[in-house]
Amino acid sequence: MGAGDSPQTVFDVEAVRSCFPIFQQPENRNLIYFDNPATTQRPVQVLDAIRRFHEEYNSNTHRSAYKLAEKATAGYECARLQVAQFIGARHAHEIIFTAGATQSLNFVAYGWARKFLKAGDEILVTELEHHSNLVPWQETAKRTGATLKFLPIDSEGRLLIEDLETLVSERTRLAAITHASNVLGTRVDVKRIIEAVHAVGGLVVVDGVQYVPHARVNVEELDADFYAFSGHKMLGPMGIGILYGKEQLLEAMDPVMFGGSMIDQVHHHYSTWAKLPWKFEAGTQNIPGVIGLGAAIDFLEQIGLDKIEAHCRALTDYALQKLQEIELLKIYCPDTERNPVISFTVRNLHPHDLATFFDSRNIAVRSGHHCAQLVMRKLGIPATARIGFYLYNTFAEIDRFIDVVGQALGYFARWI
Amino acid sequence: MDLDELYQEIILEHYKQPKNQGELPEPDVVIEGRNPFCGDQIKLTMRMRNGVVEDVKFTGSGCAISQASASVMTEHIKGKTVEEVQKLFREFSGMVKGEDPLHPHIPETDELSAFKGVSAYPTRVKCALLAWNALKEGIEREIKEKK
Repeated sequence: MGAGDSPQTVFDVEAVRSCFPIFQQPENRNLIYFDNPATTQRPVQVLDAIRRFHEEYNSNTHRSAYKLAEKATAGYECARLQVAQFIGARHAHEIIFTAGATQSLNFVAYGWARKFLKAGDEILVTELEHHSNLVPWQETAKRTGATLKFLPIDSEGRLLIEDLETLVSERTRLAAITHASNVLGTRVDVKRIIEAVHAVGGLVVVDGVQYVPHARVNVEELDADFYAFSGHKMLGPMGIGILYGKEQLLEAMDPVMFGGSMIDQVHHHYSTWAKLPWKFEAGTQNIPGVIGLGAAIDFLEQIGLDKIEAHCRALTDYALQKLQEIELLKIYCPDTERNPVISFTVRNLHPHDLATFFDSRNIAVRSGHHCAQLVMRKLGIPATARIGFYLYNTFAEIDRFIDVVGQALGYFARWI
Repeated sequence: MDLDELYQEIILEHYKQPKNQGELPEPDVVIEGRNPFCGDQIKLTMRMRNGVVEDVKFTGSGCAISQASASVMTEHIKGKTVEEVQKLFREFSGMVKGEDPLHPHIPETDELSAFKGVSAYPTRVKCALLAWNALKEGIEREIKEKK
């Protein structure tokens, strides 16, 4: 079956694809890139914005009275405003730039949780969490005496959200919840969790790193207290992340890093802090990263996040339908409100061996525990193979992928 | 790259029917190896006598390369002295890392040479060495304790 027989797309995917230099490289002509949950590719618009910064107005922000620095500062702060609008934040100063979602989550752990949590308090997480939204809370629990509670998943990977009723109590001071699983693709009803936790006076930090690239988020509507995500999962550069926090919470938080730019006054033995958001941005920041992130948001908005979501959903439905026809192949959590992510295993065949086979056919597929060992343990497997789609993926790629799955089954037939 | 270079028949055989699988009762050395990136794991139990590996067994889970490598390894180190095992580790690890391919220490006829193809797959080298790294750690610990 060819692309012609496949469902119609909602925008010109080939035109979009031509914006990504990585797919134009001769050695990548046959590359199928399905490791988007790990990182996405970058369009020329993002690369150009970064290059223009370096070539035309490289300088440090917020420090100097000359045109270059003014331009750098304007670019940096303009991107902050873009991010705020992109996720529906009320104020630009509620957007803190970090090195990535992991750092964003750690900022909440260090700056808020370690300051305000105490023995007897409870932190609620789900068993779906990526290690980056689990390990910081384990450490926080150790240091504050708080207890970690888990919203469980079942052996198929479904989140048992009804257990909220019994798990949330007046001891619940903080919940740290993923908006979408990086392994299974499951989208989590964070609004329901936020309402339940707010009802007992607790706060919620959402790990939106997988969700934001694929669906519209409005932090105000969600009433999320903190929201973390990364630039490189949504066409932006690596090394730039975002922490959204409600104004009054960020005000109450302590800075996490100390040094230049984050101060108001410095005396011999003490200092006072700059206003939001700069209180959290010590030292020279990743200015080209922020400018690249701004260009990535422009790119996504120009196509339209709703159209991107529709395209990715169509790809996912198509892939699920094709994969489900294959005997020996098990898909985890196929029936769920989902991100364009599918995890699967083939009987007796380790995902590594499968991934090596895909690689030999120039298909980039992730295999392993995906930094979610709790999920693997619950599913009773050491690893899965995972594919994830984004706006530049095509139905023809899925057709070829399905074909290669068949080839792999043939190749490994002797041992499955 | 030809996948058959990686997945040689010997490797498939050992993956399907591993040798020396299980745990030894009353072992002198127990060592676990883990690959934190992919979740592969191996547990070795060894009985030593006068500086010689008298018996060895393994349990674990992982890909074909890691499990077959563990199986072949256990067959090769039985009856060898600690020094011989260490030498073999250096030779095997050199081979799968693709060091000095023109002057192989492990002859073509040796089953261990089935893992030569791994050197073309840098991400799989750690799979081939999972059991061997655990072995190295166990042997080093044994030497230290005997001193």
